Amino acid sequence: MSIWARIAGWAALIFGLLYFFVPLGGLFEFSLKARRGVYSLDAYASVFADPQFQQTFGYSVIMALVTIVIGILIVVPTAYWVRLKMPWARPYVEFLTLMPLVIPAIVIVFGYIRLYNTSSWLPLTGSVMGTNILLAFGYTILALPYMYRAVDTGLRTIDVATLTEAAQSLGAGWATILGRVILPNVIPAVLSGAFLTFAIVIGEFTLAALLDRPAFGPYLQRVGANKAYEPFALSVIAFAITWGCLALIQLVSRFSKTAPRKA
Amino acid sequence: MSFLTLTSIQKSFGPVQVVKDFNMGIEKGEFVSFLGPSGCGKTTILRMIAGFETPSGGTIQIGGTSQENLKPNQRNIGMVFQAYALFPNMNVADNVAFGLKIAGKPKAEIDARVKEMLGLIKLDHLAERYPYQMSGGQQQRVALARALAPKPQVLLLDEPLSALDAKIRVSLREEIRMIQQQLGITTVFVTHDQEEALSISDRIVVMNAGRADQIGTPYEIYNRPSTRFVASFVGTLNLIEAKVVDPATNRITIGDQGITLREPLGAVRAGDTVSLALRPEAGSIAEGAKGDTALSGEVISSNFLGSVIRTRMKVGESVISFDMFNSPGLVPPAVGDVVTLRFTASDLLIIRE
Repeated sequence: MSIWARIAGWAALIFGLLYFFVPLGGLFEFSLKARRGVYSLDAYASVFADPQFQQTFGYSVIMALVTIVIGILIVVPTAYWVRLKMPWARPYVEFLTLMPLVIPAIVIVFGYIRLYNTSSWLPLTGSVMGTNILLAFGYTILALPYMYRAVDTGLRTIDVATLTEAAQSLGAGWATILGRVILPNVIPAVLSGAFLTFAIVIGEFTLAALLDRPAFGPYLQRVGANKAYEPFALSVIAFAITWGCLALIQLVSRFSKTAPRKA
Repeated sequence: MSFLTLTSIQKSFGPVQVVKDFNMGIEKGEFVSFLGPSGCGKTTILRMIAGFETPSGGTIQIGGTSQENLKPNQRNIGMVFQAYALFPNMNVADNVAFGLKIAGKPKAEIDARVKEMLGLIKLDHLAERYPYQMSGGQQQRVALARALAPKPQVLLLDEPLSALDAKIRVSLREEIRMIQQQLGITTVFVTHDQEEALSISDRIVVMNAGRADQIGTPYEIYNRPSTRFVASFVGTLNLIEAKVVDPATNRITIGDQGITLREPLGAVRAGDTVSLALRPEAGSIAEGAKGDTALSGEVISSNFLGSVIRTRMKVGESVISFDMFNSPGLVPPAVGDVVTLRFTASDLLIIRE
């Protein structure tokens, strides 16, 4: 590699890092300026002290966990079955799981409202629980591309067909095979999908706002519209949560290399 | 009636018929090997016995019970796979205990059986190890113990030694045979390795294009191959084209050398061509030998193979290989020498199909 190519490479890298980190640095720096003249954590203290923060964050965490459970229940058996019995259907299923990336959340939520409103055959929006269920399923759809890919990649690392046949020859039924053979062997992949789902749900705005649920996303928007420094502190917190999730994915991936796996 | 009966078994994948009208009875405690090249249908038959494939036609009975409506997990059949298929998330003891737990056996019984099985495969000291911490040979022994633990009525082995290196393969196949005889379990073994099949089987089924070309003891398969395919697939064999001179007296010629066969030629006419088979180890050099049990020819190559020296000589249009056991005093024939190969009349077989 010539010296100019090397310099150009470094320049591109530095430009990229600056492009990414300077706004973040500015954001962080501004979030510390709540007290005139000195840096302080006042904005963070204010955010954490706000009961609405705790309430909305707690709600979103619960919704994220529910979404993860629904996602696992839907995606793991589907991806497993497609790999085992319907490999021809894989491109179609992958295409379907990509749909949430091309169909905006607002389209999905308007569809939901139209289908499940109080005068429909299944009036889910008529009750708080119904709307929560609707929101959880909406989140599941939004997280589907990430969850499916993570699980499918995990399934690729094990010999699904032979393990299934081995378990069957030992007398196991489908539920036992899925619960005791397949799922434990794709746990790192499922966790990766779960952390991505968590990050998506925590910051999601459209579904929660239009279904009028007290989630963290709409709270971020409200604070942003009404306060000066707190939105920036919240943005930093949101970034920290996302990065924390990414760090956990890395940790799980590393853990999976040393976990009891097929040689 | 046999313990495991396969009657008119057929299997098609789309337009391709991979098993064609297969019939066989396997006795209780018998070790039967299915031998054949890739794609001959041997693994498909095994998978139909296990219940992983549904026959397109025919019936499978084990102990007098039809397996038609039984799912794989209801058949009580142990299976060992080429890829070991140990559960990566479980240690050795848990792998072996899996089938027993599924069957709902009490903990004390499970523990005792796991201990017994690990003792049988001599791996009791590795009970806590995970599959990734073990060699291929160890993993396959665990897979065998896992398959045997629930006391299956039939044991199926799907090329269990193919992924192992040569030395382990030999020792493990002897171990498998020993355990099988010790437990007296009916076993079906699929392999494409003739040496494996010949060394451990009570009977061998040589499969070719979805059919059983020959079913017999290893001795019969090797010494009395009934088809050209069996003759060429099992062991090294000289296939010699001969011309019929007189069908009434079983007189034929190989090149310009006449031989009278012991076996009747059957429905052939003078001038027809027949195929004869002769094992390389059947003949020996005997200078000056003549008559119906000798052939002379020019040596075209002589290869040292360690325990034997394999020499090829040309007789008419045919090339015949023969083996000589290596010994310090042996002087192998040189290329260009004319040698006479002597054999017994019964060594020269007529291949009819």
